[in-house]
Amino acid sequence: MTLKDSRNKLQESINQTIDYVDSLLKAEGLPIIKEQKTNNPLWVDVREIDLRYQLPVKKVERFFSALKEGKILATKCPKCGAIYFPPQDDCPNCRISGLEWVEMPTEGELITYTVINVKPPSFSHYGDYIVGIARMSNGVNVLAWVNAKEVKVGMKVKLRVTRREPEGYLTYEFIPA
Amino acid sequence: MRNVAIIGTGHTKFGVRTDVNLQELAWEAIKQALEEANLEPKDIQYFSVGNVGSWSAEELPAIVVGEYAGLCPKGTMRVEAACASGSAALREAYLAVKSGEVDIALAVGVEQMHQSPNPQVVELIGRAGNYFWEFENFGLTFPGYYALHATAYMAKYGAKQEDLGEIAIKNHYYGARNPYAQFQKEITMEEYLNSRMVAYPLKLLDSSPITDGAAAVILASEDVAKKITDSPVWIVSQGVASGSANLSRRTDYTHIEAAYLAAQQAYKKANIEFENAWKYFDVAEVHDCFTIAEIMAYEDLGFAKRGEGYLLAREKQTYIGGRIPVNVDGGLKAKGHPIGATGVSMAVSITRQLLYRAHKGTQVDVKNGMGVAHNVGGTGHYAYVTIFSTRRPST
Repeated sequence: MTLKDSRNKLQESINQTIDYVDSLLKAEGLPIIKEQKTNNPLWVDVREIDLRYQLPVKKVERFFSALKEGKILATKCPKCGAIYFPPQDDCPNCRISGLEWVEMPTEGELITYTVINVKPPSFSHYGDYIVGIARMSNGVNVLAWVNAKEVKVGMKVKLRVTRREPEGYLTYEFIPA
Repeated sequence: MRNVAIIGTGHTKFGVRTDVNLQELAWEAIKQALEEANLEPKDIQYFSVGNVGSWSAEELPAIVVGEYAGLCPKGTMRVEAACASGSAALREAYLAVKSGEVDIALAVGVEQMHQSPNPQVVELIGRAGNYFWEFENFGLTFPGYYALHATAYMAKYGAKQEDLGEIAIKNHYYGARNPYAQFQKEITMEEYLNSRMVAYPLKLLDSSPITDGAAAVILASEDVAKKITDSPVWIVSQGVASGSANLSRRTDYTHIEAAYLAAQQAYKKANIEFENAWKYFDVAEVHDCFTIAEIMAYEDLGFAKRGEGYLLAREKQTYIGGRIPVNVDGGLKAKGHPIGATGVSMAVSITRQLLYRAHKGTQVDVKNGMGVAHNVGGTGHYAYVTIFSTRRPST
């Protein structure tokens, strides 16, 4: 299913509910339905909210520009040497900001995984996906999708930049090494 | 610091509770607790409300509940610690009394998850963790986060699917005997093994359900408690800890570090030896949002050695009569898991157990007069371990 198809499908089911409530309002003057399983009367909200957040990324913008160059970056505290992935620009231990940018190693070993069968609605346009956590050769863990037919704990994986379709945005994934 | 006792408990039927709204649901539990303590709403000097919300409409649940239950204008706040919000609400009220700020406080946990369709709830719970790095990009779900632990645990220690199944079977066995439980029916190993996968290796029958429910406790200082009741249950100690938002920032996925740390704190304050912890308690309530979570809890609480928690399940040592009865009210698995109410529900279950007021077929033998509640929020993001006793703490 394409992104557009799944959005349309979601919107269609929302529209159906709204149409139903509209017809109820016309006939009864109240948006009250009977819940199928329990027969309890429920007031269907006549207000709605559509949430899509805008998340500030200024302090880690370098991470996203590096994805365009095919690189996956972490930050490193110049004082204590701590490596942060996901990247952050502040080291709370040393209380300094403006950390160094370093490239993450590509080699890692899968330490655990799951296959998401029951998906959130906003991920329903994907097939079942594998989420894994790998310990990279620098000792830092990364969580990402594992793009592989078969997986097992202990398998060697490679971390790489990928374009997530159908949205078409740059992110990262594991593939078998 | 003063001793604090539970002097009243309230608990609603858990399940699909669309016969009431959020505040009516909370009132059911509050009313029961007030009646038990023989108090009126005006006697409550402070109240905390455990509620996560977002699937339900009210943005300010504490004041909506306060108005409905006649607790306004007393001070209050809504408390959020994900699935441990109930224990956080309990802690808030406990500290208010312990510090001497007030003499009588009420903690209520309430959640009405059926105000939204199930898929929307799956979406919202999946966002609990680090939203941007772990949900936005990788679409983890709540079962998914625990499945990452199940895979690691099973690979390291050789636990089998059937071992997880033992937890579900036990908790359904007791849920069938608890009139407050969402699922009042037993299940078989065959049904368990045939249930559909939700996040490999976790199945539908490894998972706690989407639940509406409320629970309440009234706490009082020692002086006040003595006047009100001759059977107080004391809060001996509480340990609290947190874990990293990003699961990738942790080093190990075979236990819940925050829960282990919280247990260490609570045990230390109560002079309990970690290695022999199970010997001190008559009953334990642990956070079995998924079966693997109960197995990890056995180890994080010192009931079993690292890597041996699944053997406790396999040998059926956590039924009544075994090494230590765990979740004999059905646990989150069968009793249900109304997120913000769960921690308070655990306190209610243990209080009633210690007073020989548990439901028929679920009452443990009370020898030591002590119980422990282990409540985890998110995937080890928050942890609360609370120890209860019929004996007055010496301090």
